[in-house]
Amino acid sequence: MSQDVQEVQDTQGMNYLVSLPRRVVVIYLPLLIFLIVLLFPFYWMVVTSLKSDAELISVSGNPFWLIDPTLMHFKKLLFDTDYPAWMWNTVVVSVVATLFSLASSVLAAYAIERLRFSGSRQVGLGIFLAYLVPPSILFIPLAYIVFKLGLYDTRWALILTYPTFLIPFCTWLLMGYFRSIPFELEECALIDGATRLQILTKIVLPLAVPGLISAGIFAFTLSWNEFIYALTFISSSENKTVPVGVVTELVEGDVYHWGALMAGALLGSVPVAVMYSFFVEHYVAGMTGAVKE
Amino acid sequence: MRRAAPLLKPQDTDAVRRLLENRNFLGFIFMLPGSVLLLLFLTYPLGLGTWLGFTDTKVGRAGQFVGLDNYQFLLGDAVARLSLFNTLFYTIVASSVKFALGLWLAILLNQNIPFKSAIRAVVLLPFIVPTALSAIAFWWIYDAQFSVVSWALMKMGLIHSYIDFLGDPWMARMSTIIANIWRGVPFVAICLLAGLQTIPPSLYEAASIDGAKPSQQFWYVTLPLLTPIIAVVMTFSVLFTFTDFQLIYVLTRGGPLNATHLMATLSFQRAIPGGALGEGAALATAMIPFLLAAILFSYFGLQRRAWQQGGSDK
Repeated sequence: MSQDVQEVQDTQGMNYLVSLPRRVVVIYLPLLIFLIVLLFPFYWMVVTSLKSDAELISVSGNPFWLIDPTLMHFKKLLFDTDYPAWMWNTVVVSVVATLFSLASSVLAAYAIERLRFSGSRQVGLGIFLAYLVPPSILFIPLAYIVFKLGLYDTRWALILTYPTFLIPFCTWLLMGYFRSIPFELEECALIDGATRLQILTKIVLPLAVPGLISAGIFAFTLSWNEFIYALTFISSSENKTVPVGVVTELVEGDVYHWGALMAGALLGSVPVAVMYSFFVEHYVAGMTGAVKE
Repeated sequence: MRRAAPLLKPQDTDAVRRLLENRNFLGFIFMLPGSVLLLLFLTYPLGLGTWLGFTDTKVGRAGQFVGLDNYQFLLGDAVARLSLFNTLFYTIVASSVKFALGLWLAILLNQNIPFKSAIRAVVLLPFIVPTALSAIAFWWIYDAQFSVVSWALMKMGLIHSYIDFLGDPWMARMSTIIANIWRGVPFVAICLLAGLQTIPPSLYEAASIDGAKPSQQFWYVTLPLLTPIIAVVMTFSVLFTFTDFQLIYVLTRGGPLNATHLMATLSFQRAIPGGALGEGAALATAMIPFLLAAILFSYFGLQRRAWQQGGSDK
């Protein structure tokens, strides 16, 4: 799947037949409009988070522009709210849930794809179906279970429930990667007397590193962005994750602190955006791979 | 699937070693961590949710089996019926627009343009940032008093008073749909782009030598070859849209007058703040038939794929 992307980079054979003015109207102009619309909310987030309260509600002047930038909203966010705690919770939950899911997905994907135990095809199909179960229909019974297990309002509630959507996704993606590794390599290792575990750790995993990164990045952003479980299973402010904390704690009654809200939204988006920017190709391969397989 | 049998030395035949080479035993061990978690937190809740839908469970009180009472109640409940209508309207409108715009954007991104990979990377940003957080940006953009969109339209002289984006039922529906489209278009576009890139350019060359106009190339070359991936991408898109929760929760919480309540947000409201777990579970369970329809659609989409790639149907 990754070679598809490279393969067709330089194959736009007949583009020279289209004249420049036509290209501007048909391609560049629509593309520019798309980009402006898709990026405007981010620009707006940045501008709003840097405006002072007085500037935010002033009706004179151009709202698109910054007159007197201030960091007061960020200062308020970091020192007067639980924001650092939310950030820490989100990091802990996302990292632990991702690592656990990745480890169990590697084992599961290898078992389904290469050990070929009896019934592995059915299990593979089951994994795909599990991938299609949306959190919106699971959160009520899960809340019931989390409560019964005494995990309500703890990080464990999230660490244990996030893998329900991470494991099916990662397993499905890794199955595709493992399928692309030649059987012969494993056969040679088997003949040389390697055990299955040795084959997995010394031959298959090093070859599947791009797949592991794809699955890991995607799983991390999925857990970072998760909302409904965190909203349902966590009640006290200091245990919340960033998306839930910003939405539920920064709004006091009818007073909307738009500057602080935007600063919170911005800071909460930056870690995933940075992570994404480092691994764009892996992320895209993960996303399209899961859809294309 | 036959494989070379592992060579065991004669002295090495103790039971443990042999067990570790048995693919069924090893498969079982390897599947254990993932499947225990999925059985406990996915399969069991799925069954439990269906069961709760048949009981009158409240928060803090075990329920009695009440048969189809919840469903009967929901059928007679105007708000629940409205939420079904809203969900279908939201899904159909948002998904069709996402498909059209996504396909258009994918075709644009597939052209020879400067800064191609940078533009592609930037396009996906709305999809990767937390939806709850970008929804807050939309909340501010849709603010009744300080909306920047209203301001711009006023300055252009197109409107004479600020638009109440989230206050009027139909306005609120359209506003939430637009926010959903904004978030979903990049996903559709990047997935379809991956599909577009697998179409060999020689097909377009052949078609144009045969005299096909660009529109004919699109209808007779691009679309048929893209159908399988369109089927899968749109199934996912429909699934995400149908079960959407965060966007509505942040923007309107179902208001005004329940005009934007989706089944997911209504089941949350009834079950968690409202405490009627049974009723909420019934609402959530009522979404399953629609999701199954989408999944079956995907299944047949995938089936078709093997044939279209020149492989044989299994």
